[in-house]
Amino acid sequence: MTAAVTAQAGTAAPPLTRIRRRGRPRLSGRLLASLILLVMAAAFVIPLLWVILAAVNGDPNQGIKIMWPHPFTLDNFKAVMTPETTYIPLLNGAILCIGGTLITMVCATLAAYPLSRYRSRLKRPFLVTILFSTGLPITAIMVPVYGLFVQLAIDDSIPATMVFMATTALPISIWLTKNFMDGVPIELEEAAWTDGASPMRGLFRIVMPLMGPGLSVVAIYTFIGLWGNFFVPFILLLTPEKQPMSVTIYTFFGQYGQVVYGQLAAYSLLYSLPSVLLYLVLSRRLGGAFAFGGGVKG
Amino acid sequence: MAATWAEVRPTAPPVGRTRRTLLRGLPIAPSVVLLVVFLAGPIAYCIYAAFTNMSLTGQVGTQFVGFDNFTRAFTDPAFLNSVWLTVVFTLVSAIIGQNVVGMVLALLMRSGYAVARALTSAFVIGAWVLPEVVAAYLWQAVLGPDGSWNSVTGFFHLPPQNWLFTTPIIAVSIANIWRGTAFSMLVYSAALSEVPRDLEEAALVDGAGRFRLLTSITIPLVRRTIATNLMLITLQTLSVFGLIYTMTKGGPSEKSMTLPLFAYNQAFVSADLGYGTAIALLLLVIGGIFSVIYLRILSKSEPIR
Repeated sequence: MTAAVTAQAGTAAPPLTRIRRRGRPRLSGRLLASLILLVMAAAFVIPLLWVILAAVNGDPNQGIKIMWPHPFTLDNFKAVMTPETTYIPLLNGAILCIGGTLITMVCATLAAYPLSRYRSRLKRPFLVTILFSTGLPITAIMVPVYGLFVQLAIDDSIPATMVFMATTALPISIWLTKNFMDGVPIELEEAAWTDGASPMRGLFRIVMPLMGPGLSVVAIYTFIGLWGNFFVPFILLLTPEKQPMSVTIYTFFGQYGQVVYGQLAAYSLLYSLPSVLLYLVLSRRLGGAFAFGGGVKG
Repeated sequence: MAATWAEVRPTAPPVGRTRRTLLRGLPIAPSVVLLVVFLAGPIAYCIYAAFTNMSLTGQVGTQFVGFDNFTRAFTDPAFLNSVWLTVVFTLVSAIIGQNVVGMVLALLMRSGYAVARALTSAFVIGAWVLPEVVAAYLWQAVLGPDGSWNSVTGFFHLPPQNWLFTTPIIAVSIANIWRGTAFSMLVYSAALSEVPRDLEEAALVDGAGRFRLLTSITIPLVRRTIATNLMLITLQTLSVFGLIYTMTKGGPSEKSMTLPLFAYNQAFVSADLGYGTAIALLLLVIGGIFSVIYLRILSKSEPIR
């Protein structure tokens, strides 16, 4: 016993220096980690680099290698920015996604209020069902959804597609909105209730203004998801004049043989721009951390 | 919905209980209507159609055929091939690719310099923010016969080739790793930031090596996050359609035909709606099982209130 103690005491001095050396990452460790990070960053940036360089490359024979644009030009953008390839699909996409986001937000906020404020024995099963359906592969139900749309004669309709897209985003939005709403203290509303305000008035006048940042996060997240959605409009919207950019990029570049890569790259950039800009707004709001799916933390 | 919506704290006097509870549940109605019509409806329809010989061209002569579509599926080599490809795609791109690369990035982020960290996360998240069809075209370009990928593999003396043609399932897996890694990276970064530093330092003092520290302290501490993340990325990967469809259309000769594409092809290309929905139903059931496991892990760490 005492031997062990003295033995420990005897070796107490060297580990102290090790603590100092290893407790913080050592210089060489940091350098090595940074180097590996940069190598991985390079692997991730290759396709991004290609799309940016190819979009401003005026060489008509340019293939799909990464090369310095020669001559530098904006003609690729000019070539694709026509009503039928860019402006109409952009407008369709905006109608679909802004409309879809609005429907989602109105429904999710309304649904989140009772879920956050009242107790009920139906609440937990409802929330479990909501969370369960966030995991379901929407891809799998597109075949029956198409069948349903044909039977109801609402296929190839922008409003119907918009409502369907809103529904696919609804489960995760209800879940996130409810979690944000739980963060708003109930005391403020109770004061309003005693003054005679109805719960709905409390929601619009007190809760919603207080959770503005949270609501905008859910809205942006929903919009980005809808904007990137290819499969749903691809199945449900058949007329080219009704399709959003996600489908137009496929029908315009995917089906007609020889691809003009410069134009494809320019179009990809135009189509991605709203997602990228909104993500930047989102990351500002969140400061980096994001509770995906309402709780991936362990 | 007509059940009791009691307040978290009783403030208002109890008047007309049933009417009040109905009134309180009312705001949920629009969501319930949408979810029932457009989500539960199609799922019910899917279950019904999977047991019929419904075809795309007309509703005339649709008959109930029992389990025929399912017995047909399990003896159909094309279906079994598609199941195998889905397993490979999920394993390579999600369980191994996104998960491991995401974890490695998150771990390195803890000790790298700020510049390297900022640059890496910008590129990785950039890949994630781009719409999936754009990601598909970028990788089609990079993996094509004249693409940059051949410059990389050429460095290791591999002959230049069209990777979309020779190993299409690997090509789409690489694209999916590129696109999806950011999610795992962000999730793991958040989890690792909550690992107490003094615990790791104590292990180092006790003489643990860096690798031992990782396997015995750090990873076990975030194991729940790993489990949840694996479920989520598996679910996301199971439903990938646009990426593969745009890159390879499931080809060449069905070598990248995962289940979502197979169901789509059966229903819309072969006009065999019954068989297509049966495949879709199987996919839905697989997704449902993973979703239930995910819920169980989640409610253990954080009760759903």
